Amino acid sequence: MTGAWATSLGPAEWQAVRLSLQVGLVATLASLPLGVLVAYALARWSFPGKQVLNGIVHLPLILPPVVTGYLLLVFFGRRGPAGQFLDQWFGIVLSFRWTGAALAAAIMAFPLMVRAIRLAVEAVDPKLEQAASTLGANPVMVFLTVTFPLILPGVIAGAILAFAKAIGEFGATITFVSNIPGQTQTLPSAIYAFLQVPGGEGAAARLVMISIAIAMTALLLSEYVARRVARRVSGA
Amino acid sequence: MTLQVRLSHRFAGFALDVDFQAPPGLTVLFGPSGSGKTTVVNAVAGLLRPDSGRIAVGDWVLLDSAARRALPPHRRRLGYVFQEGRLFPHLSVRQNLLYGRWFAPRGAPGPDLSRVVDLLGIGPLLNRRPGALSGGEKSRVAIGRALLAAPRLILADEPLAALDEARKAEILPYFERLRDEGGVPILYVSHATTEVARLATTVVALRAGRVIAAGPPGQVLGDAGAMGSETASVLSARVAAHDDDGLTRLETAGGAVFVARLAAAPGTGLRLRVGSRDVILSRTRPEGISALNILQGHIVDIAPEDGPNVQVSLALGPDRLTARITRRSATQMALAPGQLCYAILKTVAVAPEDLGLALPAGQGTRL
Repeated sequence: MTGAWATSLGPAEWQAVRLSLQVGLVATLASLPLGVLVAYALARWSFPGKQVLNGIVHLPLILPPVVTGYLLLVFFGRRGPAGQFLDQWFGIVLSFRWTGAALAAAIMAFPLMVRAIRLAVEAVDPKLEQAASTLGANPVMVFLTVTFPLILPGVIAGAILAFAKAIGEFGATITFVSNIPGQTQTLPSAIYAFLQVPGGEGAAARLVMISIAIAMTALLLSEYVARRVARRVSGA
Repeated sequence: MTLQVRLSHRFAGFALDVDFQAPPGLTVLFGPSGSGKTTVVNAVAGLLRPDSGRIAVGDWVLLDSAARRALPPHRRRLGYVFQEGRLFPHLSVRQNLLYGRWFAPRGAPGPDLSRVVDLLGIGPLLNRRPGALSGGEKSRVAIGRALLAAPRLILADEPLAALDEARKAEILPYFERLRDEGGVPILYVSHATTEVARLATTVVALRAGRVIAAGPPGQVLGDAGAMGSETASVLSARVAAHDDDGLTRLETAGGAVFVARLAAAPGTGLRLRVGSRDVILSRTRPEGISALNILQGHIVDIAPEDGPNVQVSLALGPDRLTARITRRSATQMALAPGQLCYAILKTVAVAPEDLGLALPAGQGTRL
């Protein structure tokens, strides 16, 4: 039944779904290493400017998304300092491209990812890491063999949350990269666009269902993984 | 190899200033909580950087603040047995045991897995996760993990503190074996005199961040300044015979001592620990009393203590036996150095001196 229903999606709708998945996946995977690093730093290190870093990471959660999108446009637009630099040296253009949508989604999802991973890092007993170091593991090996395996479920949960958030990102995305079908029109902007034209309600409803399905799946998956954290850390 | 430790470190409200040597064998860092024992061990492990000091195992320098040398923990080649075990919950027992082996230099001298597994009796546990182990099993795995890292020094921070008496009796013999066959110096933190008497080759007594006594256990345990009211004597003994009525006769320099039957062959050397409070003195050989264990020796010293007690030391051959009695008794009995005196032992704890003895658990027996 779902198959028959899915085939009724038009090419524009399919394009929006595919683009959303692509943007969400790229945004999540590309920001994950930085997310782990920032979460670890916030949980474990003390350094000057820690509260500032914490604030910057969490800012997109609190700011109106339009503001975040506007700031992205100012810095990463063609004329912006970062945008000019990336264009001249790497030939990367973000504004009005799907890569820009991925950047906006990554930034909006980053606080959720960092919070989940940070909780996992805080749950790791530093005494285990000390024990590993007395057994001859250098700091990198301690992280790879003790810390990372123990926080892995938290990392996965954080990534899933970030993915769900990235797929649904609307405000910053539409402000930064607009709403170009096939280029930057992700699920939410497609739904928005369909609702603006007469007779678009059917397509919008189908995309809404797909959004709900993706979000629910991501949430359930992240719950399941989170439950495994407890089991893993208790070592049973 | 001898471990040399000289440290000074200031915390808020606490100053540590220690200087001691731990010769081969097992050195117990002994003292009440808050005396700085764990701080010393963590400094030796490199988990704490002291303000200044020097730590060396033989000629291998771990820390020398004057020379600005401080090896990080992972390059110190230690086996640290933590109080809470600290097993890695995400690894199996086997992976926990072999964790240190990964990082040890190839060809480093050390026991192999099967030998350690046999020594500790943990063969059936190898594929389990630490979460599925009992407290005693965790302790044994933690000991095994430290041994398999091919350490040049073993550190143990109250490894028995979290265990009940039965589990302690189960683990103590493993440390005795390590001491007797390991060849690696062991620094062992404890605040239990029973562990000191059973395990120590050397005792370093700490109080408020300072070494107040150091030396063989017989000497330090009898030192009222170091031990307070917990003073005890350590006597060397030898199994003489197993009698038909269920007792084992031990020969000491002060006479025979009877204990509940031991699983040790005649001729086996043992250590006896006698709490100073568990000794009654008599000027004449007591008769018509139930106590079996009456030793004789000459008074060598009568040391006053704070409060109403004095500590009387008897020479039994090369050993010293101390009795803690009231000053009033000492005066009434007119005790003086040089006198012949009889000591009635209320309780004797037996610890094996040599390796490989299968002794029954909990040998504190009233006889």
